[in-house]
Amino acid sequence: MTTTADPTTHEIGNARTRKEDARLITGRTRYTDSITPSGTLYLAVVRSPLAHATITNINAEAARSAPGVFGVYTAADLGAEGIGLPCAWPVTPDQKAPQRPLLAVNTVHFAGEGVAVVVARTAAEAKDAADLVEVDYDPLDPVLDMEAAAADGANLVHPDLGTNVSATWVFDSAEAGTGNSVADAIAAAEADPDQIVVRRRFRQQRLIPAFMEPRSVVVDPTGEQITMWSSTQVPHILRTMTTVTTGIPESKLRVIAPDVGGGFGGKIGVVPEEMLCVLVAQKLGKPVKWTETRSESLLAAHHGRDQIQDITITAKKDGTVTGLDVSLLADMGAYLGLVGPGVPILGAFMFNSIYKIPAYRFTCRNVFTTKTITDAYRGAGRPEATFAIERIMDELANELGRDPLELREQNWISHEEFPFTTVCGLTYDTGNYEAATAKATELFDYAGLRREQEERRRNNDPVQLGIGISTFTEMCGLAPSRVLGSLSYGAGGWEAASIRMLATGKVEVITGASGHGQGHETAFSQIVADQLGVPFEDVEVLHGDTQISPKGLDTYGSRSLVVGGIAIVKAAEKVVAKAKKLAAHLLEANEDDIEFSNGFFSVKGTDKGKAIQELAFAAFMAHDYPEDMEPSLDSDAVFDPENFSFPHGTHLAAIEVDTETGRVKLRHYVCVDDVGTVVNPLIVEGQVHGGLAQGIAQALFEEANYDESGTLVNGTFVDYTLPSAADLPSFTTGVSSNPATSNPLGVKGVGEAGTIASTPAIVNGVIDALRHLGVNEVEMPTTPQRVWRAIQEAQGRSTQETPVDTHSPGAGLGSIDPNNPQGEVQ
Amino acid sequence: MIPAKFDYVRPSSVEDAVEALRQGGEDAKILAGGQSLLPVLRLRLAAPSVIIDLGGIPELRGVREDGDRIAIGAMTPHHDVMRDDLVKQHVALLGQATETVADPQVRHRGTLGGALAHADPAGDLGAPALALDAEFVIAGSSGRRTVSAAEFFVDYFTTAIGEGEILTEIRFPRYTGWKSHYEKFNRTAQAWSMVAVAAALKVDGGTISEARVGLTNMGTTPIRATGVEQALVGQPATADAVRAAAERATEGTAAPSDADAAADYREHLARVLTGRAVLAAAG
Ligand SMILES: Cc1cc2nc3c(=O)[nH]c(=O)nc-3n(C[C@H](O)[C@H](O)[C@H](O)COP(=O)(O)OP(=O)(O)OC[C@H]3O[C@@H](n4cnc5c(N)ncnc54)[C@H](O)[C@@H]3O)c2cc1C
Repeated sequence: MTTTADPTTHEIGNARTRKEDARLITGRTRYTDSITPSGTLYLAVVRSPLAHATITNINAEAARSAPGVFGVYTAADLGAEGIGLPCAWPVTPDQKAPQRPLLAVNTVHFAGEGVAVVVARTAAEAKDAADLVEVDYDPLDPVLDMEAAAADGANLVHPDLGTNVSATWVFDSAEAGTGNSVADAIAAAEADPDQIVVRRRFRQQRLIPAFMEPRSVVVDPTGEQITMWSSTQVPHILRTMTTVTTGIPESKLRVIAPDVGGGFGGKIGVVPEEMLCVLVAQKLGKPVKWTETRSESLLAAHHGRDQIQDITITAKKDGTVTGLDVSLLADMGAYLGLVGPGVPILGAFMFNSIYKIPAYRFTCRNVFTTKTITDAYRGAGRPEATFAIERIMDELANELGRDPLELREQNWISHEEFPFTTVCGLTYDTGNYEAATAKATELFDYAGLRREQEERRRNNDPVQLGIGISTFTEMCGLAPSRVLGSLSYGAGGWEAASIRMLATGKVEVITGASGHGQGHETAFSQIVADQLGVPFEDVEVLHGDTQISPKGLDTYGSRSLVVGGIAIVKAAEKVVAKAKKLAAHLLEANEDDIEFSNGFFSVKGTDKGKAIQELAFAAFMAHDYPEDMEPSLDSDAVFDPENFSFPHGTHLAAIEVDTETGRVKLRHYVCVDDVGTVVNPLIVEGQVHGGLAQGIAQALFEEANYDESGTLVNGTFVDYTLPSAADLPSFTTGVSSNPATSNPLGVKGVGEAGTIASTPAIVNGVIDALRHLGVNEVEMPTTPQRVWRAIQEAQGRSTQETPVDTHSPGAGLGSIDPNNPQGEVQ
Repeated sequence: MIPAKFDYVRPSSVEDAVEALRQGGEDAKILAGGQSLLPVLRLRLAAPSVIIDLGGIPELRGVREDGDRIAIGAMTPHHDVMRDDLVKQHVALLGQATETVADPQVRHRGTLGGALAHADPAGDLGAPALALDAEFVIAGSSGRRTVSAAEFFVDYFTTAIGEGEILTEIRFPRYTGWKSHYEKFNRTAQAWSMVAVAAALKVDGGTISEARVGLTNMGTTPIRATGVEQALVGQPATADAVRAAAERATEGTAAPSDADAAADYREHLARVLTGRAVLAAAG
């Protein structure tokens, strides 16, 4: 075959506003909850208020006779006692994976777990009747502290497993042959006065993904195929997993993810309510809908992060890092989520980050507690890794009396060294940490801010300034299927695409990457417009319905562009190849003499040619085409990446800390990211901004708090403190591109970059502002109270924290007294 | 989220509202802007049988002069209060506190009367009302009565408004020419106060001649920092003098402890913020 002419590049790089936004922001779109087939019944879930208890009795009499009620069902009533939700990631061969029931059977394992469902004619009647279901519980001791849970003799979440440790996963560079032994490195450093060992413990608090559209499912069993609409990130995975879970043949299932209002990993699971809607719809022969309330969402949809990280780094006194040891405890919650056990493992390859670390070991123990399950949340494993390495690089710099940026540069992979194979065996294709850092420090005025910091320290200013640094990289574009295989993941990492050339020259692009707010439709249209030389407006991107897009692995892990987008490029190349053949035939020329550019196939050295639209029409008419060709330009492709992509960047935060109150103010934030080729600068900017907001929120604002009985105490948006625009400064963002060599567009992922990078930048800045006062650690979120206490303690003024006597006065609903919730209203 | 079922009435006069309350008995609930009541209903923390919406009573809305008082109808939305010229001129502190309430949407719906009747100790409007000696006009089946701010705030979510009664108006003496500031400390920009301090001062020739200081969320009701007020009077409006007076901010407080702030931290904040509020007011 001849080489295709370079595709034109009019669209790639163009800051188009997103074509999907008009329908989204005018309310014209349909989310799952807006879909109501006639005769729909509504499902409400009766949830356990207790974290750990034996169910002694369920009395549904009153609920059954309540107005509009069709039925009240337990797992037994649905014949679902034996059904378990899938976990697709057995991280070790002996991983302990308790069955996660659709509804608790005998024992509840976390507060919020479903116990029964009520089905009624309206959502309000279902909710009213759910309140009437009386469940008697015998409380059991909750298991809340993951360190205690992992210890011998711990109270067990699942006694039949004999332990709360689900799996222990280890990577050792000496064993893998990718580096030296970290045990040797630590022993050597301890014995050598010219070396240093720094040990720190960091805590990744529990977070809630907090997507805007609550989860919702509609199941219509009345057709030949059962149709399920779900507010999910993963319609294809959901279809397969519904088969695995319920035994309904995959061919009898159609899954549709209509417009989905955000996910951030939080909609990657296969949830009990999806399966319950299937079972109930089949049982009653009627469409069934479940839409969660915000409180249900915060309580029962999966949470993220929640790790204890013990980090040891060794270095020569000249600053050269010699080893890194990482020991994690990761809280799985009560069961294993779809990919939950693999989330901390995804971080394993990123603790070494951009640095040349000769010896590395990673150990993670996944632990059960009686809390909501954890699973993917924006960044999934990589924010945790980035946080730990970037925090400990600052600690090391401090111990050695070095500028933290300089120490990083001493240890990072220099741009001449790419491609570089790391101590984990990953090969970073491209990057230039020096260039990104140079640009960022200039935009930030690093030197000027260091001077201001000095001055404030000298003057004992009540407001101190800190400079927070994070020079991150991440692996994204999940994922080469063989790598996933080596990690025992239960699927591949490819993505599928199809291009249909319509008779009238318009183009339909079908992608298996199911967008839910990212801007796929716009970016993919831009790519196809360039590849085929057709107007942007002529490209329609279709996705999110297994009947339209039968094949795909959906959207997570910054994969849509770098895997799904490349599948589209591959399909477009096939379209062009077919069109060229047809053009040669129609133009009576040799195929080798056909040139393709700007949507036009011309005969070299002549003015004869055919537009791609004409060829699409000719293929449709099929009156005249080559013998050895089918009359169609339509093409499919499946792309399996050969490598991850490795975006990186330098993020700098100027942080003011009011030492009198402990208030942290983010004054200025600069980031310069290398996300490879930028398809749409506006979308990249949007992804970076949103990512930064979520990463900064982890550092400053968010934490899912449980009390000692295992109750989530901040389960509403008024006390789960998400920041709003008013809490964040305007960000200064820059780009320093080094196109990836692992894919033809040179793109790297951007969906998670901001979240991964920003958290340590903020915390490093907070500590940097207070270091001279003796503060070396403040746990996240670095709330005013925590900062203030850290200062008091460092100054030798120990504070006696008064125990909590009310829960969150003023937190939104005003003050809720947990012991007397009714009493709050006069 | 779905509230439990209730009946809804929208009377057009205070008298009709009082009558509806009487008929509804204990299970009746008044609806003002709904910014506190609706979340409570939707979380099913309350399930009133009837909701009486005061939104159809014109008399309850607006700011007017009434002799030496500025009278604000209970149903006046926060947004109107903070934009009102009479408020700016004579009760500036109330306007300043109102500006810190939530976000524009909430301020367009929520009302001064609703916020005060709700009596959330973390709410921002109780402290200025108390500091400025507001009077509360309450209507019931036997007519209207007026209570002082000191009597109005009884406890956590409890006021002097009795069963079957409605708050109709809040009346403020004029503080024309006073300097004031509301210093609020919260976790996120649009949240309730962890602690806040309302301060109004009369300053003559650099000396503080009168001072009013109210504290938000330092007890089950708004609290008047009388110790600070006394310490300020006669002092120059200097940083040292003000900080010394602010040390007395925690006298008579009973700060709550919650996940955001334990009592000792709140007490510390009260002292720091009192100093800042007074200095900012003195300008
Ligand atoms: C997101 C959000 C953020 C907020 N942030 C803040 C903040 O930062 N600071 C702050 O101070 N407030 C805040 N609020 C609360 C806001 O100020 C509300 O407006 C106020 O608490 C209640 O006023 P409302 O008019 O909405 O009353 P409603 O919610 O309608 O009523 C509240 C209670 O008062 C009773 N009531 C109302 N009017 C009367 C009356 N005339 N007579 C007798 N009883 C009556 C009702 O029966 C009910 O029990 C916030 C609210 C929200 C939703």
